[in-house]
Amino acid sequence: MRASRTNERLARNGRDCLTPMTSQSWLAARCFSAPPFSTRAWPSSLLPAHSPVRSQSGGGKCFGPDVRAGQGGGPAGQGVGQLGARGRTPGSYAGRLGGRAWWCRSCSGRFLVGKKQPLSCVPGIPVRSSSLPLFSDAMPAPTQLFFPLIRNCELSRVYGTACYCHHKHLCCPSPYVPQSRLRYAPHPAYATFCRPKESWWQYTQGRRYASTPQRFYLTPPQVNSILKANEYSFKVPEFDGKNVSSVLGFDSNQLPANAPIEDRRSAATCLQTRGMLLGVFDGHAGCACSQAVSERLFYYIAVSLLPHETLLEIENAVESGRALLPILQWHKHPNDYFSKEASKLYFNSLRTYWQELIDLNTGESTDIDVKEALINAFKRLDNDISLEAQVGDPNSFLNYLVLRVAFSGATACVAHVDGVDLHVANTGDSRAMLGVQEEDGSWSAVTLSNDHNAQNERELERLKLEHPKNEAKSVVKQDRLLGLLMPFRAFGDVKFKWSIDLQKRVIESGPDQLNDNEYTKFIPPNYYTPPYLTAEPEVTYHRLRPQDKFLVLATDGLWETMHRQDVVRIVGEYLTGMHHQQPIAVGGYKVTLGQMHGLLTERRAKMSSVFEDQNAATHLIRHAVGNNEFGTVDHERLSKMLSLPEELARMYRDDITIIVVQFNSHVVGAYQNQE
Amino acid sequence: VMFSRVLSVARRQRTGRGWQNWSSGRSGVSAAEAHSVALPAEAQVVICGGGIMGTSVAYHLSKMGWKDIVLLEQGRLAAGSTRFCAGILSTARHLTIEQKMADYSNKLYHQLEHETGIQTGYIRTGSIFLAQTQDRLISLKRINSRLNVIGIPSEIISPKKVAELHPLLNVHDLVGAMHVPEDAVVSSADVALALASAASQNGVQIYDRTSVLHVMVKKGQVTGVETDKGQIECQYFVNCAGQWAYELGLSNEEPVSIPLHACEHFYLLTRPWETPLQSNTPTIVDADGRIYIRNWQGGILSGGFEKNPKPIFTEGKNQLEIQNLQEDWDHFEPLLSSLLRRMPELETLEIMKLVNCPETFTPDMRCIMGESPAVQGYFVLAGMNSAGLSFGGGAGRYLAEWMVHGYPSESIWELDLKRFGALQSSRTFLRHRVMEVMPLLYDLKVPRWDFQTGRQLRTSPLYDRLDAQGARWMEKHGFERPKYFVPPDKDLLALEQSKTFYKPDWFDIVESEVKCCKEAVCVIDMSSFTKFEITSTGDQALEILQYLFSNDLDVPVGHIVHTGMLNEGGGYENDCSIARLSKRSFFMISPTDQQVHCWAWLKKHMPEDSNLLLEDVTWKYTALNLIGPRAVDVLSELSYAPMTPDHFPSLFCKEMSVGYANGIRVMSMTHTGEPGFMLYIPIEYALHVYNEVMSVGQKYGIRNAGYYALRSLRIEKFFAFWGQDLNTLTTPLECGRESRVKLDKGMDFIGRDALVQQKQNGVYKRLTMFILDDHDTDLDLWPWWGEPIYRNGQYAGKTTSSAYSYTLERHVCLGFVHNFSEDTGEEQVVTADFINRGEYEIDIAGHRFQAKAKLYPVASLFTHKRRKDDVELSDLHGK
Repeated sequence: MRASRTNERLARNGRDCLTPMTSQSWLAARCFSAPPFSTRAWPSSLLPAHSPVRSQSGGGKCFGPDVRAGQGGGPAGQGVGQLGARGRTPGSYAGRLGGRAWWCRSCSGRFLVGKKQPLSCVPGIPVRSSSLPLFSDAMPAPTQLFFPLIRNCELSRVYGTACYCHHKHLCCPSPYVPQSRLRYAPHPAYATFCRPKESWWQYTQGRRYASTPQRFYLTPPQVNSILKANEYSFKVPEFDGKNVSSVLGFDSNQLPANAPIEDRRSAATCLQTRGMLLGVFDGHAGCACSQAVSERLFYYIAVSLLPHETLLEIENAVESGRALLPILQWHKHPNDYFSKEASKLYFNSLRTYWQELIDLNTGESTDIDVKEALINAFKRLDNDISLEAQVGDPNSFLNYLVLRVAFSGATACVAHVDGVDLHVANTGDSRAMLGVQEEDGSWSAVTLSNDHNAQNERELERLKLEHPKNEAKSVVKQDRLLGLLMPFRAFGDVKFKWSIDLQKRVIESGPDQLNDNEYTKFIPPNYYTPPYLTAEPEVTYHRLRPQDKFLVLATDGLWETMHRQDVVRIVGEYLTGMHHQQPIAVGGYKVTLGQMHGLLTERRAKMSSVFEDQNAATHLIRHAVGNNEFGTVDHERLSKMLSLPEELARMYRDDITIIVVQFNSHVVGAYQNQE
Repeated sequence: VMFSRVLSVARRQRTGRGWQNWSSGRSGVSAAEAHSVALPAEAQVVICGGGIMGTSVAYHLSKMGWKDIVLLEQGRLAAGSTRFCAGILSTARHLTIEQKMADYSNKLYHQLEHETGIQTGYIRTGSIFLAQTQDRLISLKRINSRLNVIGIPSEIISPKKVAELHPLLNVHDLVGAMHVPEDAVVSSADVALALASAASQNGVQIYDRTSVLHVMVKKGQVTGVETDKGQIECQYFVNCAGQWAYELGLSNEEPVSIPLHACEHFYLLTRPWETPLQSNTPTIVDADGRIYIRNWQGGILSGGFEKNPKPIFTEGKNQLEIQNLQEDWDHFEPLLSSLLRRMPELETLEIMKLVNCPETFTPDMRCIMGESPAVQGYFVLAGMNSAGLSFGGGAGRYLAEWMVHGYPSESIWELDLKRFGALQSSRTFLRHRVMEVMPLLYDLKVPRWDFQTGRQLRTSPLYDRLDAQGARWMEKHGFERPKYFVPPDKDLLALEQSKTFYKPDWFDIVESEVKCCKEAVCVIDMSSFTKFEITSTGDQALEILQYLFSNDLDVPVGHIVHTGMLNEGGGYENDCSIARLSKRSFFMISPTDQQVHCWAWLKKHMPEDSNLLLEDVTWKYTALNLIGPRAVDVLSELSYAPMTPDHFPSLFCKEMSVGYANGIRVMSMTHTGEPGFMLYIPIEYALHVYNEVMSVGQKYGIRNAGYYALRSLRIEKFFAFWGQDLNTLTTPLECGRESRVKLDKGMDFIGRDALVQQKQNGVYKRLTMFILDDHDTDLDLWPWWGEPIYRNGQYAGKTTSSAYSYTLERHVCLGFVHNFSEDTGEEQVVTADFINRGEYEIDIAGHRFQAKAKLYPVASLFTHKRRKDDVELSDLHGK
């Protein structure tokens, strides 16, 4: 968010703001200020966001497309002039620039091809890893390799490519709307609304940080402490030495790219019904909505699943002030917080929901359909979020909170596991992937959710059908809803749901923070027949089989860096490695001490790479962030990626949130045999 | 008759050389045959456990004339850990008592084959302890000088010499080694069988395949044993059940807590070397590499104590489990690497087996022996920390002496079961603690080491307050006590780096605390001290105390008496302070680790009388020690009562108010010889009183202090502590405490006869204070305890404790001086003259330092050195 705002400012102020900068800092600034190039230059059909094209040849191949996009001749010339004035040979700076440009270009290249930029080809993270004066003496080897390549290009072109940033929300306001995975197309006000407190100096701070003339390398323990900061594991407790649940447990973890992270995760066991709920939530335009959904949605689902009598019992208990039946057992990492201030408000909305459920109940059907319950819960919660924002709250803090929740958005991907019945409810572009072990021991991936975005033909169809024909062209533009929003379904985002009148009314009566905001004047273009957006999930049912070993729920931060097949293979090998490391026995064979020692050392080396992580999600993130072109974790790369300053991190990756649920094949098998 | 059958069965299995033929051997005995033998209905002693401990106890008891003994074994003789034992007998131990036990075992096993005709496989190989670091070498040198003075030959040798002694060793990374030539290897199972055979010939009845279900107890006295084959009535029960001792102890109606826990222990057996190793190849202990290596049938046997032990049987398991433990090569890998580094040529040696045998460990790395504090006649010998073979003979002998004579011939307080209470019996605690203890066996043992696991069990209510102020903690009997307080601007070394035999990093911190005790006032939280109250309706309390204690307790109400609780031999069972609260009630303060021991002793000697009440009030009071010349000012300001010596003489106890809190027991003593007060505060007032004391004390320069400061103060004032300097074999006369003994108080008391006799005949040892003369605190090794004392070049005794005296700016050691006859080595009378006429040296790791001997603290040494104009600006700062 922060960078995006400053970005716009820079753009608006033109190049004026560059002049007082030092030669060391302008490089960093340049990245944000130069004109954007549009990825629309290439047909998206060739480069679908979720079907990775492996770039085998490292950076060289990606280089081609970028060069033609160059537009920043002016600043590059200026830069060279400055450099020359400092008595450096243009060549070495060209190399330096090349490094810079390479990096940024490859960043854009990354999401174009759906694969991370080959960081090994990148001379460090240039801005941080070496200063200009140092550079001519100690040019990193990769740069030296690419140096001739870059020198042969027009500097301006190289430079021009350096300006495109892989950025979550928006880069620059321009007729070229940046494409790919950005959730929102640019509107300056939007950013201001979402992060109103931040000011210009933060940018300068960031810039200074970016130009720190030091080479940072994280040691393996430091890398681990970053990767493991948010990891959480839960094992389903055993009773009488037996685990009767079809779920063995789960591992989850998050790696932020935004600060603060906009992803959320939840996991809970339903106490009044059987089953376990797990979900990942990817927020956009701030974390308010994803936070609210993460703490509220499971209650809505659990209530929807409750039988009539239990609902009555709970309602009576509330009425008479008795102790309530607990509904959910949360499994939370200490960093997963619940908002205390809003809990009363949230409770009241929930209570209204179950009261309505009680009233609606005719007392006839006792069977509760999980699919229906999930859909109802999603819709109801989104409705409540919307209503709370319309009604407002006398408490000004709460009032602002409910508005922030409603005006930001979140996707949700939730799994409900009960015995062999697995339901996945998905709204948006997070994914649920089932890891299946084939008879030969190999792994295959079964997708249990559909992405709700422009890559999904059925979603495009749906949107066109829901709106008049004359909107067919405007409803999805540049692969975005109304040219703005990437996911086609989401919680919150009332900008895409309310009528223009309602939006204006709410904003006018809203708190000053809202009124002072430029955002209030912003209405999506071509906004004729709202709602354009829904939170209704698509629910998939899968009956678990003994070969279904685990389920990966993850936000798009993971899926855009790794192919689903790789994800399933890595988790599968990790989990089996944990469990099936056969002990060695000498038996009757002739083994010498030396042979045994060699064998053991080998085993230990093999194991240490796996056992470094006690958590499958951490293991997956390690691969997602640190994988080199050979598909193995490269520590240097991992270290660079994790030491990126906040401003840069989100150019390389999105927030990643992963839950890996492990199934108990014995229990699943026993269910199968029963029937 | 019975035994010969058992023995023959066992022998038959032994012929296959044990390890491999175990399972096939099991079926060799017909169960029916064993069942047909009926147990005797009664016996004097029932021993449970047919391993080396049980057989050793049976052997020694029968040698000492007790014949009516039954030994029960749940499986077969010499099974369990005894069978799997690596068979190394090593005398290089850290405690003198352990060295003596191992030395005795060595001599016993040496002649056992001759005595019984049973081959024990005893071979005198000697052993070599390698040092890869200078610190390790210091540790070995300390052991070496202590071994020499008790007559066990040993020497420090160079790496070159090591290479000569053992053909296969890589010695390039060594800085030195210790050679103990008389150490041996032996087959432990055969030793156990030989001991059993000898015992059997002396009349001990041995029954295998007989499990003890539980021990029957009536009125706190053993009455019999319930087995799966019937009952046996008995007076004494000996629990030698090894790793099952814990569970067996708990199976009683009145549980006996025996804190021990098993860990898996691995060692490797190989096939013979091409040119088989000589059977007298020395045993190697490479503690820095965490391994031991001995020759075994031409090949080698090598195991070790890894950093990450695997505790087992936490939930309790039956005996069969022990046979079926899995080998775990991955777990053994670090030790194997270490072995191949030490002996690279072994690479081509063929593996025979990786043996996994459970070993038991105790919470403090010392074995457990002695009588249960709760059940009379219930004896224990277990928890050998994988040194069972080395200790077996000696430990069995001491326990037999204990049963026959009522006390062993050496002080074994360090090994006494009563050093533990029920609080060390939690399974979780044991599991966690043994995981620390097992690696510690081969870790460097440095002074002032504190266990890191199983902490924060008992704490004072001030714990958090003190912790926030920088307290560093040590643990005694589960109780957290502050060592010293780290000022906010000071950084200490990390735990591993702080290990040293030289000047420790906290030196300056303790110095400032001591200085504050001397010149202003300090607070030390001493809540861990054991506190008992004895009250009665009539004079019973006074009468029993007069009988149990050597000093005269019939003093006016409010007086405090320092006195000892003596045994028949006049030795200290406990050293304590007793305040007379009223005519009929007394308040007794003893060292922390006396909680179980003292309670048991009092209970044992107190008459059954409902009018006499003994209560453990340790948990009821928080004790604050206010030390220093300004303590008077602080206290009088808080209580509005005059506290000057005229109104509140020394060794006086008053209940008074401090701050808002009433009923605080204030005692004018500090356990250090410094002026000041002990406050015994009901715990709910603790925080209040502490806060008040600290805030009022501010203007007097008050600060927190810890036990290290206390220790320095008390040792420079020649205050001996029970458990360190005093034990059950030291009498008040031997440590210059004639004044605390009132032989003519008009009443008999326990130990009086012995003292009367000693007074006539003179003492044979004398506690003496030594001031090290030519010792450089910064550069020389620090004394610890156990350093040999030399008088005129002759060995004369060992130190018991030591501390740096910041007042004298010298090290002070306390220790006992004996008078060994130059001709016969016999002990002779020690007189004050004898002490004063000697030239003394203290041997620290082989280096002798000159020392001045003092029999009494020298008051003149403590006059203030600082003149008035010496006052610094820093004195004006608040502390």
